[in-house]
Amino acid sequence: MNLVTLPILSLLLLLPLLGALFIAFLPQDAVRNARFVALWTTLVTFVLSLFIWISFDKTNTGFQFVDQMPWLGTFTYKVGVDGISMLFVILTTFLMPLCILASWESIQKRVKEYMIAFLVLETLMIGVFVALDLVLFYLFFEAGLIPMFIIIGVWGGKRRIYASYKFFLYTLLGSVLMLLAMMAMWWQAGTTDIEQLLQAKFPIEMQWWLWIAFFASFAVKMPMWPVHTWLPDAHVEAPTAGSVILAGILLKMGGYGFLRFSLPMFPVASADLAPLVFSLSIIAIIYTSLVALAQEDMKKLIAYSSVAHMGYVTMGIFTFTQQGLDGAIFQMLSHGIVSAALFLCVGVIYDRMHTREIAAYGGLADRMPFYAFCFMVFTMANVGLPGTSGFIGEFLTLLGAFRANTWVAVFATTGVILSACYALWLYRRVIYGALEKPSLKAIKDMGPREILVMTPLVILTIVFGFYPAPILDVTSPAVKKLVTNYEAAIRTTESEKAGATKVKISVAYEGRKENLP
Amino acid sequence: MTDVLSYAALPEVILALGAMALLMQGAFQQDQEEAGPMAAWLAIGLLLVAGVAMLLNPHHAAGLFDDAFVIDRFTRFMKLLVLIGAAGALLLSFQSFGELRLMKFEYPVLVLLATVGMMMMISANDLIALYIGLELQSLALYVVAAFRRDAVRSSEAGLKYFVLGALSSGMLLYGASLIYGFAGSTSFPVIAGVVKEANIGVTVGLVFLMVGLAFKISAVPFHMWTPDVYEGAPTPVTALFAAAPKVAAMALMVRTLTVAFPGTAPAWQQIVVFISIASMLLGSFAAIGQSNFKRLMAYSSIGHVGFALVGLAANNSEGAQGVLIYMAIYLVMTLGTFACILAMRRSDGPVEDIEELSGLAENNLGMAFALGMLMFSMAGIPPLAGFWGKFYVIAAAVKANMFPLAVVAVLASVVSAFYYLRIVIIMFVREPKEKFRQIDGKVGTIMALATIFVLFFIVYPSPLVDAAAQAARSLRL
Repeated sequence: MNLVTLPILSLLLLLPLLGALFIAFLPQDAVRNARFVALWTTLVTFVLSLFIWISFDKTNTGFQFVDQMPWLGTFTYKVGVDGISMLFVILTTFLMPLCILASWESIQKRVKEYMIAFLVLETLMIGVFVALDLVLFYLFFEAGLIPMFIIIGVWGGKRRIYASYKFFLYTLLGSVLMLLAMMAMWWQAGTTDIEQLLQAKFPIEMQWWLWIAFFASFAVKMPMWPVHTWLPDAHVEAPTAGSVILAGILLKMGGYGFLRFSLPMFPVASADLAPLVFSLSIIAIIYTSLVALAQEDMKKLIAYSSVAHMGYVTMGIFTFTQQGLDGAIFQMLSHGIVSAALFLCVGVIYDRMHTREIAAYGGLADRMPFYAFCFMVFTMANVGLPGTSGFIGEFLTLLGAFRANTWVAVFATTGVILSACYALWLYRRVIYGALEKPSLKAIKDMGPREILVMTPLVILTIVFGFYPAPILDVTSPAVKKLVTNYEAAIRTTESEKAGATKVKISVAYEGRKENLP
Repeated sequence: MTDVLSYAALPEVILALGAMALLMQGAFQQDQEEAGPMAAWLAIGLLLVAGVAMLLNPHHAAGLFDDAFVIDRFTRFMKLLVLIGAAGALLLSFQSFGELRLMKFEYPVLVLLATVGMMMMISANDLIALYIGLELQSLALYVVAAFRRDAVRSSEAGLKYFVLGALSSGMLLYGASLIYGFAGSTSFPVIAGVVKEANIGVTVGLVFLMVGLAFKISAVPFHMWTPDVYEGAPTPVTALFAAAPKVAAMALMVRTLTVAFPGTAPAWQQIVVFISIASMLLGSFAAIGQSNFKRLMAYSSIGHVGFALVGLAANNSEGAQGVLIYMAIYLVMTLGTFACILAMRRSDGPVEDIEELSGLAENNLGMAFALGMLMFSMAGIPPLAGFWGKFYVIAAAVKANMFPLAVVAVLASVVSAFYYLRIVIIMFVREPKEKFRQIDGKVGTIMALATIFVLFFIVYPSPLVDAAAQAARSLRL
């Protein structure tokens, strides 16, 4: 069978659901089976998604692997990927097996339900990135809240109830405004097909309102300062795998949304409101980095560093330059790997000591050399050291920012220094120093399962640091098209504005001429 | 003509005659223990027959008695909902009433008569027909609310419902008489022809009419009876109250305002916008503090009515379609949730506090999952059915450029999500309490069906959405 004709994206959406269904029918005590079914399902999904990458046509800037079915009146079930969304799908399917492996032993109660929640979440996350219909997108975007709410609420830490509420209500509040904007677009354009909406032109005033409504949703999801406060709480209370998914994928939905909707559909509003985004991004980069310095909880520190790194992404996106946008996408993917890995690292020692207090650790290098090595790689990537994937993203976004606005670049660069401060300091306090605490004396290095989880992440971090081409080759053509369309839209608007002014002047001139004797 | 006539009102005739036959049957039955359940099964059968008779009617539009009683696709849609609601509520009553020794044959008879009233309300195309239908429904329901006559709370509920209901009927009648005085007719199409623009007399009459209708759908500020009646009435009766009469009264309100008063639309739209916003906000905020599940559902239903009114406020075809979809989904969710409430019983009797659901996920994962999904659906989280109800009414408001209303609606839905989530948290996170008793088969069936509906509505939503669109078109907005 030809792979291209296979509805591969629909299969990707279906597979995890089938896995979840299968687990649901297992007997209640088949805990081991539930784990293995989940692992195999996610692995098969990952392998299947790799076929997309292999047969992806890089020169084609349109949507590929499109699969379409009539569904409900003007809304259609339509899925497809382009250079912007394809790699996020791969990221999702890649992180899922690692999440299942990371929860292998740390989750002991209600294992079946846990695995079902994760598999359903996988379908919904893939759906967000492949949906080519506004309503379908919104469905996937919002539906993900339900399993995540349950994951944090049931398997979370001490303050899990508060954290899950906050996560749910914050995100919902932002999204419902986006829903209104989507309805307005539906009535205005008469379609909810994203491919067609990308061609549609919205009046400038309407663009502003639509942009703001979408911004409300994506800024919360991203999260941008000052609506980021749900993230540290959610991260701290979520189980390790939940944090991995939150940091690795859910945060990327905001950035993806900007790239898919705000920029191409409302170019004029985006250009007008870019200074707002720049200001918020810079505050996020500097302020949350400083906040991260003051944290005593490891997960919280990484959560704040995530907010800072997402600041680079928003900044890069709104530079409207090839480098900035490429960098933003790369930064998102790299952050998806690195922050996920950092949370997994925290999970490794949390499973042993059941505390995330930084002060409870110290000198782990003595007893856990391999762990210290992995943690070091990810810390360096978090800092943005050349040779790690973190560097490429930050460098490209800063390059783009420099072209767009020098001052923005200057302020954002200080964030690089600050990130070195908090990340290295964290590393020093946890890994270096003398192993003095008696409770740590017997701590063991990572077991084979944990090594299996870490190895692919370490390899990818370093490989993409030296050889980012596989990613940039996919994104660049799509980004180029995006930037070209954006510039064309801005030019037409400006010439229209100029034309309008000319008409006004000439009318005024004509009027005066008539008054002349 | 005669066969049109006999077909058009056939379901109502079946139900009315059937109710009387059941009354006879119950009165002359030897074994009174058996009479109740048997009457209930027969009543469910009658509802089914009436539904089939209605669906098999080859005529899609007809009018009887000088068009005082009309049928069209709109009435068909709404009547089907009412029949489902009544049959569902009857199914839910067996186990609970059986334990309370309340399963008397009068109960199904009263429910049938109320159903006839509701169907007449839906078909009413004339102020007098409207009033007759409304009173037939209300009188039967007053009795049903106080059906557990040895319980103080139930009697209180019945009395409260009766006094306030009579007051609202009086206002409605007063409004109707004013409208008749100024328009010179009680027939909706004639009123629509005469009242081309708002004048003070008609407007005052319209306001009184709307007060009466707002009371029946328990919209703010005429909602005060709802929490007390919901809490006091026996739970199966509350299920009936929350489901069928709301649908009928909403249908009546939509038809009256859009068919009889298209000329004064700007005037009544303002009122609808106000009561819609007030209901949504009150429904969302007041429910937060409730600990009794039935009381919470009362506030939740007030909020839902507010959302459905958003579609009416838009006054366009999409809005009417939205109201129809909303009421259909609301009906199913309500029946499902009340099935869950009825399943909350311990060895020492039924419990109603939401804290009693603690740790239900450990004890009975199936029920916890069902109730959880129903709660998420009520909160309007996609992809569950409840989302689509909200989606269509709010989309209609957006189309009518009523952005403030739409914004309030979505914000209210976020607030309401808070208390629905609380129930989910209680079930999934808290420590388990003593197990509930085995769920009754009929209650469990309704719970399962409702859950399947809200979960899988998204897979094949077109039948309901298209039927609602067709029904809305017959209002000619």
